[in-house]
Amino acid sequence: MSNVTMTVNGKSVSRDVPDTTLLSDFLREDLRLTGTHVGCDTSQCGACVVHVDGRAIKACTALAVSLDGSDVTTIEGIANGADLHPMQTAFKAHHGLQCGFCTPGMIMAGIDMVNRYQAEGKALTAEAIRHELEGNICRCTGYHNIVKAIEDAAGAMSGMAKAAE
Amino acid sequence: MSEGIGARVARKEDKRFITGKGKYTDDIRMENQAYAAFVRSPHAHAKVKGIDASAAEAMDGVVAVLNGHELTGDGIGNIICGWAVSSKDGSPMNMGAWSALATEKVRYVGDAVAVVIADSQALARLAAEAVEVDYEELPAVAFADKALASGAPEIHHNAPGNLIYDWEIGEEAATDTAIAGAAHVTELEVTNNRLSPNPMEPRSAVATYDAAEEHYTLYTTSQNPHVARLVLSAFYNVAPEHKLRVIAPDVGGGFGSKIYIYPEEITCLWASMKTGRSVKWTSDRSEAFMTDAHGRDHITTAKMGFDADGKIVGFKVDTIANFGAYMSLFSSAVPTYLYATLLSGQYNISNVHCNVRAVYTNTVPVDAYRGAGRPEACYLIERVLETAARELGVDPGDLRRKNFIQSFPHETPVIMTYDAGDFDGNLDKALAAADMAGFPARKAEAASRGKLRGIGYSCYIEACGIAPSAAVGSLGAGVGLWESAEVRVNPVGTIEILTGSHSHGQGHETTFAQVVAERFGLSIDNVSIVHGDTDKVQFGMGTYGSRSGAVGLSAIVKAMDKVEAKVKKIAAHTLEASEDDIVIEGGEVKVAGTDKAMGWHEVGLAAYTGHNLPDGMEPGLKEGAFYDPVNFTFPSGTYIAEVEVDPDTGVTEVVQFTAADDFGTIINPMIVEGQVHGGVAQGIGQAMLEQVVYDEDGQLITGSYMDYTMPRATDVPFYTIEHNTTVCPNNPLGIKGCGEAGAIGAPPAVINAITDAIGTNDLQMPATPQAVWSALQTVKTPMAAE
Repeated sequence: MSNVTMTVNGKSVSRDVPDTTLLSDFLREDLRLTGTHVGCDTSQCGACVVHVDGRAIKACTALAVSLDGSDVTTIEGIANGADLHPMQTAFKAHHGLQCGFCTPGMIMAGIDMVNRYQAEGKALTAEAIRHELEGNICRCTGYHNIVKAIEDAAGAMSGMAKAAE
Repeated sequence: MSEGIGARVARKEDKRFITGKGKYTDDIRMENQAYAAFVRSPHAHAKVKGIDASAAEAMDGVVAVLNGHELTGDGIGNIICGWAVSSKDGSPMNMGAWSALATEKVRYVGDAVAVVIADSQALARLAAEAVEVDYEELPAVAFADKALASGAPEIHHNAPGNLIYDWEIGEEAATDTAIAGAAHVTELEVTNNRLSPNPMEPRSAVATYDAAEEHYTLYTTSQNPHVARLVLSAFYNVAPEHKLRVIAPDVGGGFGSKIYIYPEEITCLWASMKTGRSVKWTSDRSEAFMTDAHGRDHITTAKMGFDADGKIVGFKVDTIANFGAYMSLFSSAVPTYLYATLLSGQYNISNVHCNVRAVYTNTVPVDAYRGAGRPEACYLIERVLETAARELGVDPGDLRRKNFIQSFPHETPVIMTYDAGDFDGNLDKALAAADMAGFPARKAEAASRGKLRGIGYSCYIEACGIAPSAAVGSLGAGVGLWESAEVRVNPVGTIEILTGSHSHGQGHETTFAQVVAERFGLSIDNVSIVHGDTDKVQFGMGTYGSRSGAVGLSAIVKAMDKVEAKVKKIAAHTLEASEDDIVIEGGEVKVAGTDKAMGWHEVGLAAYTGHNLPDGMEPGLKEGAFYDPVNFTFPSGTYIAEVEVDPDTGVTEVVQFTAADDFGTIINPMIVEGQVHGGVAQGIGQAMLEQVVYDEDGQLITGSYMDYTMPRATDVPFYTIEHNTTVCPNNPLGIKGCGEAGAIGAPPAVINAITDAIGTNDLQMPATPQAVWSALQTVKTPMAAE
């Protein structure tokens, strides 16, 4: 057992957990943040994507103890109160989800790719979005509306970034 | 903006999913919860000589280790197939015994022999590995044709030669005669590749036994919680129905694989009674590959005869269907009444005959997966048609047109009566949307880049809205396939719809609300849909076979008819008018042609206060209905795929995909198009990527996403979707269903496009780069780009 202290969705949390505890289990079982989903056991499906210190990772690939002191954001932490994140809004507007199981990972991956491309000043084309989604599997939507949603949200996030400047 | 039928309304259910607040089975945690882990056979076929659980039982935190002898000793019944299909000689199907935990023998890799219940999931898994099972390995067989060969290992003693049934439909002699006299005969051998459904949410179960009440509660990933309760009660003897509550909360996709009641759910219920703990089991993906029912896996030879004018005179089909190690719940119906009955396709054919042999093998049980039988039928017909067009040197569209059924109703030689359709219209719309006229230029441009560009069609028809209860009963179904609904108008006028349909991605909370809101002139925000809980909802049959719209919504409409009649009586009484003059619109109940009106909510309140109701009327405003369809529904369409092949590597890209579908009435085009997108992606997956692989000894090679190729975003294009609507004449809204069409229509379109590009018909699914490259090597003069 080790003590893990991290900031999750803006709040400091501290728990004693077995050293073998994956971040995905820590979030789901210890913190009961069940929006982070687990859809495979080989780190392929991406349903568990969260942000750690501003970067997207698959929560099933990291041990909780290795992230002591980290700042973690999950699907539960991206809306600003009642105001949804533009990526959440875009997934709803474009019907980018059906069963909803892969959706948290898709949204977290989408936010991350938009942030990275915008930071590098690169255009996030539909082709680039598809390439970036290699690690996120959806069985319901055929990806069409997911790609459209991320394209749309990229525009909205760009507007947000400009407004903030 | 209108929210009624035909409106693109964003989904009501989305908010909880995009904010991480969905409630799936694995998100549920009970007080005093323990965890189950299964001890599974590593062998495809073996005798179980003994189980030594002592090391596991000694581990701190292990609650119990339970085996199949204890399970059957407690009276838990064998798992059954619920659809009786007889062989052509009249003998019943040979159903082998399937215990939730195997006792004497294991028959596939993954067959469970024991379960460990422990305080944590990690501990349960660790302890399961410590259970020592003494196996005596037996020869195994994984492939259907080999299982039928003489000398093959016998999997069930009551299925000699591993044959489950040898079934036929249609007139064999007449079909043979017609083909013998044909001017041209096209012959084709096709395999329909074995698939794993792979909903993204793995199966899960949380079972709780209340000893004081002798009552069980099961949260589970089910497409049909009432069917699960019925089977658990009537066949598996877990508990009587009134002592068993089954809840299917948010369910992360199903595609057929969550219809069935598997060993794990049964075992968790039983184990909760044995241990006095809530018992939770959640599959991991590796377990899903070796326990979720697989789909397809047919080997087929076919002959189609044409007269000198290109008209089809006969179609003869011989199919071997791999059922895996045990007969799953609806397995027997898939390659018979959901497959062979669709072998007339969209075509006017006088003579069709199909023989089907269903076979046991040492593999995971096979059952319905998105489309279930209809993809296999469509793939066969459409590949044969395309091959014939090439052999005859005619345009594949023209050959199809020449044979299209033109008038309805149309009775096929394989017992279906098509009720409506416009097959020429589907093809016209698809050809226009796909810009057929521009194809030669696109092909030439691709050639300039060194790519082989090909185009392929598929004209599919399927049977949905399953199904008329008496008809399926006469064909052996153990259940009726109606649906139920209850419409509850609350005293404040808001409405709750209790439906037996179950949404696991289909968006019922929105589309069903749209239909109700339109009927009574309300906002969809005033309508909520309740489903998925046997304690809340009346018995219903669930969601599969694209039946929620055609059957589930029809039941809701029937119940709304009754509500409307009562509302009109109350309003007529209150407003002192004739019932015939009452109209409901815009949230008001009015006397037509006057300014006399009541608010919708005022009628609701009047019904519940009961202060001033017509003589003899009961208070309240709640009506139920059961709807039994009078026929299947028949969605149809034309799909056109365009591909580019790299001749050096075989790497193939679907560069354009056009779908023109006839789904009948569409409630929400956004949701319907989403269903097509997803279905087509699964179809492209089957055509190019997906294959469950077993080795000769029955070892599962594709046991994870490292080995089984799921379609990724880069594997599929943006889809072009067109609608060509003819309404279904046999249900109140004219709905045909849209959930499976994409998975049915896409595979032959893709393969026809690839074979067009590479210049040989000798190609099986999945058309991986290796398969395409190998096929290209057999072409003497490939159409290689200069």
